[in-house]
Amino acid sequence: MFNEIYELVTGPLAWIGWGIFLLGSVYKLASLWSLAKKKDTSSIYYTKAKFGLRSIAQWSLPFGTLGWRETPSVTVVTFVFHICLILVPIFLSAHVILWEEWFGVSIPALPNHVADVMTLLVIAGGTFFAWRRFSVPEVAFVTSGHDWFVLGVVVAPFLTGFLAYHQIFNYEVMIVLHVITGIAWLALIPFTRLSHMLVSWYSRAYIGSEFQGVRHCKDW
Amino acid sequence: MKKPVFDRKIEDIGLETGTSRLTPEKIQETIQNVLASETGAKLKVYHDTCVRCGLCSKACHYYVSHDGDPTYSPVGKVVQTMAVMIDKKGKVDADFIYRAAQIAYTECNLCRRCIHYCPLGIDTGYIMSMVRRICHKLGVTPQYIQDTAHSHSATMNQMWVKDDEWIDSLLWQEEEARDEFPDMRIPLDKEGADIMYSVIAPEPKFRTHLIYQAGAIMHEAGADWTMPTLHGWDNSDMAMFSGDFEIMGRLKRDHFERAQKLKVNRIVMGECGHAFRSVYDQGNRWLGWADYPVEVVHSVEYFADLLRTGKIKMAQKVKGPITIQDPCNIIRGRGLMEDLRYVAHAIADEVIEMTPSLEHNYCCAAGGGVINCGPPFKNVRVNGNKAKADQLRRVKEQGVDLCLCPCHNCHGGLEDIIHSNELGIDLKFIGDIIYANMVKTKAVEE
Amino acid sequence: MSEKTGWNWESGEKTVQDLSKTSEEVRWLEEWHASPDGEKIACVACTDDAEFSFVVNGEVMENRFEKAICPKFTPDGRLAALVSLDMEWTVAEDGNAWEETYGFLWDMQFGNGSLSVGVQQDMQYGMVVNGTIWDELFENANSFALSPCGKHSAAAVQVQALAQADIFTFQDGVFSLAVDGKVWDMRAMNFWTPVFSNEGGHVACQARKSLYDYTIAVDGKFWSKDFACVWEPSFNPADGSVVAPVRMNGKWGMAKDGEILWQPQFTQLWQQQYSQDGKTLWAICSPKYGKFTVCRDAKPWDCGYLSVTDLSVSPDGNRAAAVGRTPDKGYNVIVDGTAWNGRYDMIWKPIFSDNGSNVAVKVKKGERYNVLVDGKACKEDFDMVFDPVFSPDGTSVLIKGIQGGVYKRIVAPVADFRKEA
Repeated sequence: MFNEIYELVTGPLAWIGWGIFLLGSVYKLASLWSLAKKKDTSSIYYTKAKFGLRSIAQWSLPFGTLGWRETPSVTVVTFVFHICLILVPIFLSAHVILWEEWFGVSIPALPNHVADVMTLLVIAGGTFFAWRRFSVPEVAFVTSGHDWFVLGVVVAPFLTGFLAYHQIFNYEVMIVLHVITGIAWLALIPFTRLSHMLVSWYSRAYIGSEFQGVRHCKDW
Repeated sequence: MKKPVFDRKIEDIGLETGTSRLTPEKIQETIQNVLASETGAKLKVYHDTCVRCGLCSKACHYYVSHDGDPTYSPVGKVVQTMAVMIDKKGKVDADFIYRAAQIAYTECNLCRRCIHYCPLGIDTGYIMSMVRRICHKLGVTPQYIQDTAHSHSATMNQMWVKDDEWIDSLLWQEEEARDEFPDMRIPLDKEGADIMYSVIAPEPKFRTHLIYQAGAIMHEAGADWTMPTLHGWDNSDMAMFSGDFEIMGRLKRDHFERAQKLKVNRIVMGECGHAFRSVYDQGNRWLGWADYPVEVVHSVEYFADLLRTGKIKMAQKVKGPITIQDPCNIIRGRGLMEDLRYVAHAIADEVIEMTPSLEHNYCCAAGGGVINCGPPFKNVRVNGNKAKADQLRRVKEQGVDLCLCPCHNCHGGLEDIIHSNELGIDLKFIGDIIYANMVKTKAVEE
Repeated sequence: MSEKTGWNWESGEKTVQDLSKTSEEVRWLEEWHASPDGEKIACVACTDDAEFSFVVNGEVMENRFEKAICPKFTPDGRLAALVSLDMEWTVAEDGNAWEETYGFLWDMQFGNGSLSVGVQQDMQYGMVVNGTIWDELFENANSFALSPCGKHSAAAVQVQALAQADIFTFQDGVFSLAVDGKVWDMRAMNFWTPVFSNEGGHVACQARKSLYDYTIAVDGKFWSKDFACVWEPSFNPADGSVVAPVRMNGKWGMAKDGEILWQPQFTQLWQQQYSQDGKTLWAICSPKYGKFTVCRDAKPWDCGYLSVTDLSVSPDGNRAAAVGRTPDKGYNVIVDGTAWNGRYDMIWKPIFSDNGSNVAVKVKKGERYNVLVDGKACKEDFDMVFDPVFSPDGTSVLIKGIQGGVYKRIVAPVADFRKEA
């Protein structure tokens, strides 16, 4: 029974998840681009790689911008959270095996204890963000169900993965839940606020170009 | 957590009458129409990707001044306006529109300070200006700014100044100035001059001495300049802020075409912020001009050039320290901070900077059309800018009695803040100080 | 164009006036203006404290005024200016003031021997044409126009006073259009830029019926359709129909008598101009954001500029010329879709010869002026030059220029323009 379910979620379901993620992302980017070409011609006109990259570089620097400096706790957590969030799923040794199996690519893996700590950091970061959504008035005021859902989607695979790895609760249930939430995480990227992963590069580059190119002023 | 309620409705005949004429169908149709035909990927991306982190809150002087009231944060304002309009596909009621209009027109100066705070690069100023656009399309606009937009459309200036009153003001100031500079002219309609000098309508209406001073400085500098007798002389554009983009475009076309017809090399504009925004950022874009069709030089740049090249020399500098108000639309909007610093140091002994300053400076809370919404909303901007009062108080404690303030809106806003907080700081345009303290080689001997 | 047949078109150069020799009674001279035929050079002169006169070909005119502004030569060669005495304003022609005086005058226009000017009299507004003030004056008036035939005048007028910040009365419509002082029945928020048909019998203007509805009004009737925005209309000289750029769904097209003529496809479209036979319609357009050019019957030229101005169409409508602003803040002359060599700091409106085969243009580079014909310069440049004029047969160009303090009138054969610009 477990094996069948496991096969199903890591087999067809995973492929569907990847498919939704990839096709959804392409659709999202293509439809936004075509809409922008129709409705935002002046915005496209001013967007320049030089300014965009400069802006992205500056904002990739912790405390490199006014915004990052003003709320240091959020800055630290945001950077740690996102770095771990991206690195762990890619370089986790168990996943590295999957990449080899699925795509035939082999990449180095993170030592398990490092990945373990990073996973905990993601969970801790998620907890911090959840705390903010509850307790910090300017965040609570703007938080809706969607934000909780997204936060849950993001943290769930890490939580279930951690529990599964440490065999806390039922391993078989956890690992299946881990795979399902992981797939959901992927598949939902193009259709939720997680899409900032896809498009905020461009919105950053755009506003950076507006500021540096048109307004002769830094955007950080 | 219990969500705060919006309990600060302000009576305004424009908003009241406008909302009383709305029907649910009209609201929905109008919102959907604007969203479908006038907004695109930009708004969609902002709406879809904002992760509601609240980092932008501290950027906003309204939020800071209201002790962290989340309804004043940039994202808080989006959540109370555009986000609902999009999510509910325009199914909102007239009370909602009233609130949205009040927030968008009077609780956001479109100063774009929050850009420095948003990691995702979301332009809340743009979102708020689209809320204003929707409110304009619904006919729900504050009375006074709407009246200004009407004046723009009827007279091509923002103060109902009639054609003859404009020319008469110029001739009057020229005549006054000739007592001091016997052969000073304000050359009218001089085709092929180097400079067309343009102002905003409050200058001929209330602050004619600014035209005198500009004339005196141009004269002393030996500039080849002119002022037009016909419409197009006013560079201001409150239609840009009321959401009436059609009139915004009409005004900018009129302004630039006047300069094109006069065949001037460049337009020098008086010390105004929003008018500058309308020529390099918004009005020009609506018309399809990616950049100036005629070079525009802001007074700050022009004065810096006159002082650098020695065309104007200061006979004396201001004694004692001064501070600088960095107007959003020329600093964060156009990067003139260095020129402004150059000028400040050239005309004053000592400059003490406000904190924050330069492109991170707080808005005056009068900009973005807020002061033009008139007396009903005066307290909104005064109480909404304790942050500015604190900034000013800190420099006052360091001995500053004078604030250099190269923007009309900043003047209006800061004047009220200084008065209501009894700060005792004098506000001056750069032109005031240069005129008063420059070497006057062409003036009559006293 | 009939005036110029009587001018002296004999090739050669004539010194009209040495401008350095000014009378001692003059304190300062203002901007120079050359008469259309080039025979006169004139300007306003300050003769004493608050005392002004005119200097024409070196002679200071007899009459003195407290103020004298906006001098212009009429097409038939009179020097007209707005002058003030005892706080009253009037027009002076060749230095002689009209008998009637007014509260204020501005915006002089000329048409077929007529002179019109906007007027304020006892705080009421209207127009004065050839010394006759409109029968009815208004709360305000602007956007003045004089018909090409010189017989009719029009302006946007405010027919009722507005209380301070009375936005609703304004939206109900307190503006209208007055033609020869008679106001149309219709009211709207705004009326702008009245234009007359060639023979002067018809008037069209932009109108804004509500905050959002723009249209064209012709002879007191709105077009049946409204648009998101419109620009100034023009009459087809052949059949009297009216065209105007109109905005729909964020794009500009051209409408004719209220119906779409060119599909809305442009980022910008304005300053349309018909050929004399009314068969060809030219306009300045922007086919995409940031690129301006010229189009003929909705087909744009390939070239693109930051902005394009001064569209000039040859009389037969087959050729056009304009001025384009380059990214380096200079200007190019564009003729038939191709730029002439040479970037200038300023370029004036190109002029076609009557047969349409040659183009002349006044240009400025640094502080030096010149006249180009078909892309070539004449041998000398000037401290100052006035608008060039083609001879009626198109074989010569009249150049009016100031060089070294001397004003000269030069008739140069087109063949003399040989210097690479």
